[in-house]
Amino acid sequence: MDTLLIHALNSLLYAAVLFLIAGGLSLIYGVMRIVNLAHGNLFAFGAFVAAWTVGRLVGGPTPTPLLYLVLLAGPFVAAALGAAIEPTLLRPFYKRPEEYQLLITFGLQLILEDLVRLIWGPYPLTVSSLYEGMGSLNIGESIYPTYNLAVIVVGGLAAAGLWAFIYRTQFGIVLRATSQNMRMAQAMGVNVNRVYVQAFTLGCFMAGLGGAIVVPQQGAVLGMGVDALILAFVVVVIGGLGSLEGALIGALMVGVVRELGITFFPEVELAVLYLMAAGVLLVRPAGLFGRA
Amino acid sequence: MSSMPAATRRLLLAAGPIIVALAVLPYVVDPYDTVLLSYGLIFAIAALGFNLLLGYTGLLSFGHSAYFGVGAYAVAFTLKYLKVSSMELFVLAGVLASAVVAALFGLICVRYTRIYFSILTLALSQVLWSLAFKFFWVTGGTDGLRVPTPTLLGVSIGAGQDKMTFLAHRYYYYVLVIFLAAVGVMWVIVHSPFGKALQAIRDNETRAEFVGVQVWHYRWIAFLISGVFAGLAGALWVPLNGLTTPDILLWTFSGEIVFFTVLGGFGTFAGPIVGAVVFNYLKTFAVGYTVYWQMFLGVVLVLLVLGLPTGIVGTAIRLWGKRRKTA
Repeated sequence: MDTLLIHALNSLLYAAVLFLIAGGLSLIYGVMRIVNLAHGNLFAFGAFVAAWTVGRLVGGPTPTPLLYLVLLAGPFVAAALGAAIEPTLLRPFYKRPEEYQLLITFGLQLILEDLVRLIWGPYPLTVSSLYEGMGSLNIGESIYPTYNLAVIVVGGLAAAGLWAFIYRTQFGIVLRATSQNMRMAQAMGVNVNRVYVQAFTLGCFMAGLGGAIVVPQQGAVLGMGVDALILAFVVVVIGGLGSLEGALIGALMVGVVRELGITFFPEVELAVLYLMAAGVLLVRPAGLFGRA
Repeated sequence: MSSMPAATRRLLLAAGPIIVALAVLPYVVDPYDTVLLSYGLIFAIAALGFNLLLGYTGLLSFGHSAYFGVGAYAVAFTLKYLKVSSMELFVLAGVLASAVVAALFGLICVRYTRIYFSILTLALSQVLWSLAFKFFWVTGGTDGLRVPTPTLLGVSIGAGQDKMTFLAHRYYYYVLVIFLAAVGVMWVIVHSPFGKALQAIRDNETRAEFVGVQVWHYRWIAFLISGVFAGLAGALWVPLNGLTTPDILLWTFSGEIVFFTVLGGFGTFAGPIVGAVVFNYLKTFAVGYTVYWQMFLGVVLVLLVLGLPTGIVGTAIRLWGKRRKTA
């Protein structure tokens, strides 16, 4: 029973981080119809900024609880980066064929990958003191790190917050209108350029948040962006490109399958995930919650 | 000669001097440069295949690393399990294996177009990557599998012969002949009624269907041919590289195939060839020059897409056309 609970919590842990990455990717696709191949790098960027900032302050006079808030530097810098990228690099491409959009984000992926190396060097950054600082809980016979529970809570809050933002605010209405019919929204007086930059920034903020919250547990390492992107792809393909509900369900499914896979079939765990994505695409090309 | 289509005659006129130049090259430049060009020609074969889908059929595959990688691993497996080292058998194994995988993946992928096609091809290529990565007792995992110098047409590398000399001469000519054959075959394909049908599908799927083109079927065959070209390139690539690792199955390598096709210009026949060769020089230069070569390539790609969307060959043709008009 305890082990089952631990497995369930681990699945939720994966799902929480994956949702933050894939949710942003899906939001950006839903509004702007762009598959951002550099999205994983914004996740990595958030992680490195968070790790670096906290690393400066750790051991200093800053009280430890405040350090957890300092992690938020990651998402904010990622968001700022997103706000700079969209108008300069992406905007010229909305009217061009999809091939060019994929290529420009692929180029961006190459650039950001090395930008991280240029700024922070090739070695991993860790702030494991934040991870250990929270201690652990006893669940029956087993011990579970409290920080992992905190990540699950943050993921849940992010999902709830995003839902409220998109379905309960004025901005959300504008965002959904633009997503459904960009021309019509424009005709109704929506400043589409502004919505695009806001959506992209929000997506990057989520990716950065995902990066920041994994830092105490896993640290920030080169290549984490590319790995994350591929898993996020699986999630959005299963859930449906552009659908946030889909990203949530997809993240949960991938979280569960990964946890099962690591326990029972570690060799084919990744292959099973990709096959799952391919299988969903075959039956429902637009994903479980997508609209074609 | 007079019965030949004008396009083919133009090709032979333009290609003649280039073929002569390629043939005398090993006697003029360093072995290192010849080997570098071999890589370029091999990538060009993959790019030619890739462009049959992108340029001629209008499908952007983001998973062509799969077929290249299958070709490469087929060679490594042939060596490992069948204990043969004949290059002809290697090429055969690479072509057959990539044909099987491309036929299977193609069945799945060609039902979709646009972004869904791209993502599906990417997802399937990642399946192979993760298998190569995880089944280390078969594939060697990240260490990969070593493939030493093969025998070419039954002749093995002479005792005491320098490997570099071998690669820069005999292996280069081997690659060159296969490359020229591949270019010829692709030229015939795109100028055949089949090739024209693909272009009709690209331009207007519905109209193509109405005039009797079996869209699904044609796309599948194009996918198959495209995969086989990539597999052939993969098979030729392994002995040159000496090693095959899961990296060549990763989606970022698919991205590179897209990159060099766009660099050369996917709207033209020669574009992918030029792009692959230029990209190979560019990457080798960047890797040798700086650890931040990815950033360098990324900047080139962004500038290219922003400034020269028709690629090197496309831009050259446009400039040439302008000059002729003003003259």
